[in-house]
Order: sequence, then C-alpha cells, then structure tokens
Amino acid sequence: MNIKKYIKNFVNYKYLLYELVKKNIKLKYRRSYLGILWTLIEPLLTMIVLTLVFGKLFGRSDRTFPIYVLCGRLLFSFFCSSTKSGLKAVSGNAAMIKKVYVPKYIYVVAAIVSNFVTFLISLIVLVGVGVVLKVRPTVYVIEAIVPILILLIMSIGVGLILSTMNVFFRDIEYIWSVGTMLIMYTSAIFYPVDRVIGTGNAWVFELNPVYMCIANFRNAVLYGLPMNVLYSAKSLGIALVLLIIGVVMFYKNQDKFILHV
Amino acid sequence: MKENVAVSVKGVGMRFNLSQERVDNLKEYLIKFVKRDLKYNEFWALKDINFEIKKGERLGVLGLNGSGKSTLLKLVSGVLKPSAGKITTRGVIAPLLELGAGFNSEYTGRENIYLYGAVLGFSKEFLDEKFDEIADFSGLGEFIEVPIKNYSSGMKARLGFSIATIVEPDILILDEVLSVGDKKFRSKSEKKIMSMFDKGVTVLFVSHSLEQVQRLCDKAIILDSGRLAAQGPVEKVARIYKNMTE
Repeated sequence: MNIKKYIKNFVNYKYLLYELVKKNIKLKYRRSYLGILWTLIEPLLTMIVLTLVFGKLFGRSDRTFPIYVLCGRLLFSFFCSSTKSGLKAVSGNAAMIKKVYVPKYIYVVAAIVSNFVTFLISLIVLVGVGVVLKVRPTVYVIEAIVPILILLIMSIGVGLILSTMNVFFRDIEYIWSVGTMLIMYTSAIFYPVDRVIGTGNAWVFELNPVYMCIANFRNAVLYGLPMNVLYSAKSLGIALVLLIIGVVMFYKNQDKFILHV
Repeated sequence: MKENVAVSVKGVGMRFNLSQERVDNLKEYLIKFVKRDLKYNEFWALKDINFEIKKGERLGVLGLNGSGKSTLLKLVSGVLKPSAGKITTRGVIAPLLELGAGFNSEYTGRENIYLYGAVLGFSKEFLDEKFDEIADFSGLGEFIEVPIKNYSSGMKARLGFSIATIVEPDILILDEVLSVGDKKFRSKSEKKIMSMFDKGVTVLFVSHSLEQVQRLCDKAIILDSGRLAAQGPVEKVARIYKNMTE
C-alpha cells in the first residue's frame, strides 16, 4: 500500500466527506418540525423513561441516577447507530458507486462521522441535566475525551467490517441488530454495575469494550474520578485491532463491491 | 507511458460472475456451500483489449449492444477495476455518463450542485466560484431552490450536464450524451462540447450510430463480443463496421 498516495487521495476528497456528513445530518431532520432539536429531546426522553422504570419501579432513587443512565445511553446509542449506518453505507450508495468513481470508504466514514456530530451535539443534554442535578465537575472531565475517541475509532473499524460483509451477505444487518442488543444488555446502561459484580459475573464487563468506554466516561463526568487506565488500554487495543481488520478487509474487497451491490 | 498518450489500455480484460441465482445471504451461501452447489459462470465482458489514445485524439467506440462498450467506459473512468491488464490515464477526466446519477432527490438544485460537484472531486472554493455559471447554463432559474424530486427528467439531465462540464477536462468520456434536454438545450450543450473539442480535449466516444462517430471522431475501434475487432482511422473502421452490420 502506498500510504502517501492514499493520504493525498483523502485530502482531495475531504470536501466530499464534509458534504456527505452535512447531507446525512440535514436530511435526517428535514421536514421535522423541531429539526435538530431532536438530538437533544430524544436522549432526554429516553433518560426519563429509563429513570422511571429502573429508578422508581426497581427502587433505586439515587439523585444522580438519571446522569448514570444518560451517560450509558448516549455512548451506546452513538456506537449502535453509527455502526448500523456504516453497515448500510456501501450497499445503500450502490447507485453512486456504480456510476462515479469515489474512494468507497468515504461513504462509511461519512456515515459514522455524521453520527459522531449528532452525538457531540447531544452532549449538551448531559451538561443541562448535570447542572439541574447539581453535579460538580472536577478536572477529570477532560479525560472524557479518551473514551469518546476510542469509541469513534472502534465504530469506524466495526463499520468498515460490517459494510464489507453486508455487500456479500445482506443478512448481516439482522445479525448485527441482535449483536447490538447483546452489547446493550452487557454494557450496564440502565442497571448499576455492582449488582452484576455481586453475582460473580463481572467477566462480561471485562470482555466488552463498549462498557469500558462507558465506565471511563462516567468516571470522568459523573464520579469525578481518574480513568481506569487498564480499561482505556484494553478498549483502545480492541478498537485498533478492529480498525486494522476493517481497513484490510475493506481494502481487499472493495474492487468486488460493484459486482455485488 | 509516453508523454503524448492520454489513455493507454493494455491487455485489459473484465470478468463477471453470472451465477444463475444470486446468492446474497449467508443462509443460502452455507446451504449451497455444504451441498457443493456454488456455481460461478465466468463471463469475459472484455478480453485482450489494447489501444492508445494520443492527446487531442477523438476515439469512437463502435459495437452492437452487449459488445462491452459501456464496460470499457466504466473501466476508463475508474468505476470498474479491470480483472486483467492495466489502464493508465493522464489528466482530468470528465465522464459524461448517466448524468445526474449522483443526485439526492430530497436536496434542492443548489445543494445538489455542491454535493454532486464534491462527488466529481471539485473543491468548495471552485464550486462557489462557478456556481452562477452552472446555474445559469442549466437554465433552471428559480427552480434551483426546489428539491430535485420535483424536477422533470430533462431538468435533471440539464443540471447534471452543467455540473459535469464546468471543468476544462483533459479527457472527455461521452456516451451518446448529445441528446440531453430539449432542442434549445441540446444545441447549447453541443456548442459547449464542440468548444472543448476545439481546445484539443481527448475524447472517448461510445455510440452505435456510425454517422455520429464519423462526424465527431478521427479514430475508431470496433468491439465485437468483448474483443477488439478492428482499430484505425475512422473511415477505414467505418467501412469494416458497415460490412459487419449489414
């Protein structure tokens, strides 16, 4: 692989990346009355629902429980929606791919970056709820960047893998929706971690890089603790491995895409 | 590649798999794999194609339906990668194929100029600068602010043509494109293409109309079931083609 050539190619198409991201975000909210505000309302509403169900009905009325839920929900839904749209990025742009030459990974990266942008906007909700519930931020808030970036790398890697597979096997979409469900239930989004650790099943968390990111994010913004370095290292390692697998898989198969989409 | 060659096609072949049933899901794939029923029918849409286009030459590609003309265009424009051989091009390519294929129907004409322009590899500054020219040439007037889904097919083609021809290309790929829009627009677009011809652009023109090829090109090749049947000056090739088709 000629790295220099690829970087030059990317620079040439960075305006296309920007246009595609803009298109994805613009069209998502076009013709909806509240528009981009939905990126704020939606996580807020799910937070309220989850807090009511798991806080009130299951009897856990910790003052900061809504933030606990919100942290998990925001990070998980970024991972979930970005990988899902990455999965469809190649097969969904078939019409374009068949007619004009564009480096195809741009479609996958654009799908994930657009979800990343809406995710960043939705963090405003977290700030708002934090102020209302009087959570004092500490210096460790800065460390929240680390799990977010790791999750972004991981999403791009997973997106590249899934989009390649989905070109050849359309059922990947259904398999992945089961996969994300599994990740959701093992990421301690709406239940407290200690309940699971108490049952001796803590190993689930040790295998789940999404959980590790969520845990470090909570440390930074909710508990005001330094990050769990082992979690950061582990999840970063997994993210990089996934990225490398994704790039190699995509690169090896991209010339065959047009014959299958 | 020599300095004066714009497009060089060397030993190019393109293979497609024509499976009788498309296997595009895992379940079927696994069942067929276990039953050893995975068949691939190889089909060479193009084989052993060799030719060169020198700078400023206008090459016509003749051939009947299914002879591999469109596949050749897609290979030269880079959409397809050849299964065998090598294609090298020098300079900016403007493929005038299936105009407006990259449009988003929810987007307005204005937004599509930027999106499609980006797809063609233009920069934002370039599009900002050329926006008025594009909008003007398309003749869409105030429709430029209307979502594309409300356009007629002629309007879409006009917009596509206007965006794709805004660059001064070194290599122009034409697929019987001179029939865009209504009569007024057609003469306008023909004039634009002719002015590019005058500036010495290299042309690859595909058609099954012998008359058009003779009018526009100085050299020609004939494709017959994916093979190169003849190449040379346009009059000579035209005679061969006439004998072939009669």
